Amino acid sequence: MSFISYLINGISLGSVYAIIALGYTMVYGIAKMLNFAHGDVIMVGAFIVFTIVSTLSLPPVLGIATAIIVCTVFGITIERVAYKPLRNAASPLAVLITAIGVSYLLQNLALLIFGANTKSFTSVVAVKPLKFADGNMVISGETIVTIVVGIIVMILLTLFINKTKAGQAMLAVSEDKGAASLMGINVNKTIALTFAIGSALAAVAGVLLCSAYPSLTPYTGAMPGIKAFVAAVFGGIGSVPGAMIGGILLGIIEILGKAYISSQMADAIVFAVLIIVLLVKPTGILGKKIQEKV
Amino acid sequence: MNKTSGIYPHKLNKITKNNFITYLMVLVLYIAVQLLLVTGNVSSLMEGLLVPLCIYVMLAISLNLTVGILGELSLGHAGFMCVGAFAGAFFSKCMNGAMPDGVRFITALLIGAVSAGIFGILIGIPVLRLKGDYLAIVTLAFGEIIKNLVNVMYIGRDKNGFHFSMKDFFSLNMDAEGEVIVNGAQGITGTPHDASFTMGVILIFLSLIIILNLIHSRDGRAIMSIRDNRIAAESIGINITKYKLMAFSLSAAIAGVAGVLYAHNLSTLTALPKNFGYNMSIMILVFVVLGGIGNIRGSIISAIVLTLLPELLRGLSDYRMLIYAIVLIVMMLFNWSPKAIEWKERMKEKYFPKKLSKGKEVK
Repeated sequence: MSFISYLINGISLGSVYAIIALGYTMVYGIAKMLNFAHGDVIMVGAFIVFTIVSTLSLPPVLGIATAIIVCTVFGITIERVAYKPLRNAASPLAVLITAIGVSYLLQNLALLIFGANTKSFTSVVAVKPLKFADGNMVISGETIVTIVVGIIVMILLTLFINKTKAGQAMLAVSEDKGAASLMGINVNKTIALTFAIGSALAAVAGVLLCSAYPSLTPYTGAMPGIKAFVAAVFGGIGSVPGAMIGGILLGIIEILGKAYISSQMADAIVFAVLIIVLLVKPTGILGKKIQEKV
Repeated sequence: MNKTSGIYPHKLNKITKNNFITYLMVLVLYIAVQLLLVTGNVSSLMEGLLVPLCIYVMLAISLNLTVGILGELSLGHAGFMCVGAFAGAFFSKCMNGAMPDGVRFITALLIGAVSAGIFGILIGIPVLRLKGDYLAIVTLAFGEIIKNLVNVMYIGRDKNGFHFSMKDFFSLNMDAEGEVIVNGAQGITGTPHDASFTMGVILIFLSLIIILNLIHSRDGRAIMSIRDNRIAAESIGINITKYKLMAFSLSAAIAGVAGVLYAHNLSTLTALPKNFGYNMSIMILVFVVLGGIGNIRGSIISAIVLTLLPELLRGLSDYRMLIYAIVLIVMMLFNWSPKAIEWKERMKEKYFPKKLSKGKEVK
């Protein structure tokens, strides 16, 4: 019985990772850059909801809506100010280092504004826990909502990419920027849209993450962000279904590792997965092999 | 400094001259600090900063080898420092009293370098085959794993030999006289205080000699050719994996030496996010970026300036990390954005029109 509840918790955590990993993988696919600041956008989203719901005692719906809007604006601004000027830089390291700088900037701004103390995040989920087998197995409301939201986000995103013009434009830009712009696609706008969607998803992930694990500090986003990147690599970076599968598998691995191996070593296990994946199948589960052209 | 190096301009080629300036700069700084120390012009706070300063300089130049010369981003440099620190401190703690102090410290330094270097090779083999961002994320993961591992590691010693556990102090099963060497999250206490400013500067010199000679050797050229164009380098028969591993493990080994120095400067060595975490790795990266990626002398200068400035301006200490972040972003945008580079060239032409338009300027 406990195995099943661990599994469900794993899927729930995995859904959060999957939502974050979607942001990573979309940005990576389209801008060919690792957006280190993505994890910190999660933290920004969580702090906005915290301020609105706990400090100002306004309804959670308003908080979530504001968080999504602010994070979207943040995502577009970061891309415009810090990443766009470096898109054609001589070294691919340039934009990566800048992204680290942005991540660091967000963390330290939050540290100055909110302080280093851990805030306890009030859950915004109002769903009652489900009880099975005479109360031996309880699935919390947060778990249910996280899994449901995860599924909805994945379906909507898949529909968006495959059925709409903007989604097709995103696919085209990630395939070949030059050819896409020759076809009349506005590359800059498409990249900005990708960042906007990724950041909005990060805000959703932040709310879900902090509802399930209610301690909020300026560094809350960093670790889940990195793990979500591991999930994106696991599933095959650049692939949207890959990010979903990778995220959920990684969540299950983490929770089972915590339960059956060692709780202190859970992070180490997750990173060991990354190293093994890179050794065995560097392109991930669903990744395409990219032939290098000279 | 420029004058001294210009005594024999026709006898020294440009590279030798440049290296000479770097060595001379360190030497002059060392003598200046020693003079200040002798005349008693250094506050005890500043005196306490001297060894950390040497550590930061070593970390910065070794990271510059990975980032600037090899062209790969490592975010786990503090992890290698951690490996070196614990390996060296463990050795010193075991051998305390068994061998002369000087010999023991030098052996500890070597052990730190070798163990960090081995970890560098272990991490490098799977990852250096891949391109770009993977190394950054794996080294970051490695730093976190090392910190996790060290915090759950218990090693003790009694008459029967060494005892090892990953659980807690009691599962070591030692007899009554047993001595705990590594005590989990409490780390290693009572490492002999062997580090000194002079030792630090000697180690900086050694690292500089190794790195600068490597850069300007045949192997160094091979490493840089991989950075500039991997495919072209491969096509002329350069063994990519070998040279990447060489640079990466050397960089890790020097970070390990810095770690040993760090461990022997403190009485208690613990693995905290503050000293061996992600933030430390980022701080070293800021030194490298501010000093100029690939510019070893720049790394030395920026490590010194960025360490001393916040201490001199105490009021800014709350904003230190914020300033680092802004420095990182602005420097990258200013130095690497194609538009900024173009703008700089234009400004150069406008205000210093010597080289390009010498002939036309004569009126």
